[in-house]
Amino acid sequence: MISLFSVEGLSGLLFLAFIGVTLAGALIATSARSLIRSVAGLALCFLGVAGLYYYLNSPFVALMQILIYVGAICVTIIFAVMLAESSELKQVTRRNVLVGPLAFLVSGILVFGLAALALKTEWRPASCLVNRGTVEDLGQSLLTTYSMSFELISVVLLVAVVGSLVLARAGRDK
Amino acid sequence: MNILDLSTNLQTYLVIAALLFGIGIYGMVQRQTFIGMLISAELILSGASLNFMAFNRFLAPDPTVGQIFTLFIMAIAAAEAAIALSIIIAVYRNYKSIDTEDVMDLQG
Repeated sequence: MISLFSVEGLSGLLFLAFIGVTLAGALIATSARSLIRSVAGLALCFLGVAGLYYYLNSPFVALMQILIYVGAICVTIIFAVMLAESSELKQVTRRNVLVGPLAFLVSGILVFGLAALALKTEWRPASCLVNRGTVEDLGQSLLTTYSMSFELISVVLLVAVVGSLVLARAGRDK
Repeated sequence: MNILDLSTNLQTYLVIAALLFGIGIYGMVQRQTFIGMLISAELILSGASLNFMAFNRFLAPDPTVGQIFTLFIMAIAAAEAAIALSIIIAVYRNYKSIDTEDVMDLQG
């Protein structure tokens, strides 16, 4: 039994807090009425996920999660919400009252199936480790084994930037 | 099993990732605006990334593979968000709405 006031106990408590932040953020992101609140919930959820990454021995990915998701993607979504103002003032017309319960049912079945799969399977750890997964190992394999994918992903980002500029500029004079 | 010992357990992360995925699917079906659906898609992607990172930490013989895969998922998510948001802006300019119900010209 781990004492609550030992180092392990406090770190376990912090882990529980990160889980709570992640799930609360995800729930806010999907159920808030106004879009700005959903984006704030999304940012909260990403912060919690970054904390979970930290517990998974990868501080670099946690840092990138905060930098890219919270710093870039959430801010971009907020800009889009500002440009295309949300229709929250308009009365929401549902095409079918069954949509909400059906969505809940489908996602519940999915979560149940995935969680049962995770808990029932007997996972076998790797017999030996090639490296320790530090930032140094990460940089080395990114520039040797995965250098081709690294270059390709930068081409993808370039194409995405040009494409979004073209899409957003067309019909601007209207 | 101690509740303060959860962070050293593979199953914890897998269940959290499944919950994130399910919440994302729920939002994707239930949301009525394009931006809401995009937010749900980001939740689904982060559930998948969390799964990769968990398997990477506990089961993979080379612990850099999952981290690199997650970094690539982040880059793809950024590209996807940029494209989707510019499409949303273009749709808003033409229809003056970001509600999925209003963009139904092809329904026949």
